[in-house]
Amino acid sequence: MSHSAVAALAGPGGDVAVATKSLHVIRGKVPVLRGLDFAIPTGRITGLLGPSGSGKTTLMRAIVGVQKLGSGSVSVLGLPAGHPSLRHRVGYVTQSPSVYPDLTVEANVRYFGAMHRKRRNDAAEAIAAVGLEQQSRQKTADLSGGQLSRVSLACALVARPRLLVLDEPTVGLDPVLRADLWDRFRSMAEAGTTLLVSSHVMEEASHCGSLLLLREGTLLAQLTPAELSRRGHSTDLEKAFLHMIREAEGTATPEGAPTVDGTATAESGTTPERTVRS
Amino acid sequence: MNPVMMLATARRVLDQLRHDPRSIALILVVPALLLTAVYFLFENETLPPGVPRTFDRVGLMMLAIFPFVVMFLVTSITMLRERTSGTLERLLTTPIHKADLLFGYAVAFSIMAALQSLVATAVAYWIFDLDIKGSPALVVMIAVINAVLGVALGLLCSAFARTEFQAVQFMPVVVVPQILLCGLFVARDRMNEVLESISNVLPLTFSVDALQEIAANAEATDRLWLDTGIMLAIVLGVLVLASLTLRRQTA
Repeated sequence: MSHSAVAALAGPGGDVAVATKSLHVIRGKVPVLRGLDFAIPTGRITGLLGPSGSGKTTLMRAIVGVQKLGSGSVSVLGLPAGHPSLRHRVGYVTQSPSVYPDLTVEANVRYFGAMHRKRRNDAAEAIAAVGLEQQSRQKTADLSGGQLSRVSLACALVARPRLLVLDEPTVGLDPVLRADLWDRFRSMAEAGTTLLVSSHVMEEASHCGSLLLLREGTLLAQLTPAELSRRGHSTDLEKAFLHMIREAEGTATPEGAPTVDGTATAESGTTPERTVRS
Repeated sequence: MNPVMMLATARRVLDQLRHDPRSIALILVVPALLLTAVYFLFENETLPPGVPRTFDRVGLMMLAIFPFVVMFLVTSITMLRERTSGTLERLLTTPIHKADLLFGYAVAFSIMAALQSLVATAVAYWIFDLDIKGSPALVVMIAVINAVLGVALGLLCSAFARTEFQAVQFMPVVVVPQILLCGLFVARDRMNEVLESISNVLPLTFSVDALQEIAANAEATDRLWLDTGIMLAIVLGVLVLASLTLRRQTA
């Protein structure tokens, strides 16, 4: 499918990949997203940042269309999120790798590729893109944690989605691989793919074209890394984010003040947020 | 329905099984061994002339029960893993149709079931001289339908389990009552009314009835085809119920 065809399908406002309107999501009895309004441009890397529990995963699930909405709406590539014709065009990589451990890397990627009418060479390409050619014939269960999450990524890349939603894709990767992956994301964005990447590590924000700062289910700000650094009065994006949170609390919601340090706590890659919702 | 996605799923399930020799042994070898045990259990029975051996009755029913039990077990665990590992949710974000997934499972395990009943029926027929009037091909057919029944119930039950331990707990609830009441231990017409009426609606009952028809008649009878039709309808109904448990959206 050509790029122009996709743009035509997206209809008016074709350069907006994702837009939400007063999006509310309640899980159990807890409001997780409390009225989100934003738009994400196509062909850019958008970073979704915020402390653990701020609603990043729930927002991504809503965009992919697997999350029931409380109220409001999410539109993706001009269609309501979860629309059947989006299933070919939206890729989702969950935080904990969702692949078949008892299959080889190649078999995993080929199976998910088959859902998008992709063939053997497409699978080989996706495996090469995450640097796992050597492990292609190994059983996925025998790989390391970082390799496993790259298999999961390859299973999404094989479909060549127009929108790729990645939940903490760089957790557990060494610095070299992390840099490689960001290079790959950048070249995908240059080729027209829209990427939404969540992270709780603020230093990764610098790789993104624009940032959504999420806190307790509300949108703190949508800005570029440079703007974040300016508004937070620090070149250290972590400090800048903390500054913005304190500022927001000083004016609006004083009751959440003691949890400011939450941004700095390490979130373990081995505890998938998916288990939290049950 | 998309045959490419369905066959890819069947192939993937078989590929997963290929990496698990123990499950293959459970499917192919264990039934034949158990059948051998049943044969030797009744080896020394003394019968008046003209009375059929107990093995001819029990061994035949075992041929229907094995695929049902084994496939129920294997499917419910495999599907539960799919649900808990996140691969199911991931699959449901792709264009795959629920029917492709369910029938993919059904096709993969039917192939294994066909192999299983070929081995078990061959052992019963050629080594232990199982005495039936009808064609052994019909026995294999009933065994395969039973296997698909096990697959369908396994897919459905996996929705109500959160752990593999809970999935195994469905064995005594779903499988054992059917074995007790299918006519293996006590002929169904000698049961009390309550048990007989329960027995009348359990899926396994129809397959045991079908096998008895095959054993007693050289040609396929109308009753055999009626039983077969009812079983296929039950399988389809259970698969539809199972598909309702596959949700693309969750709260």
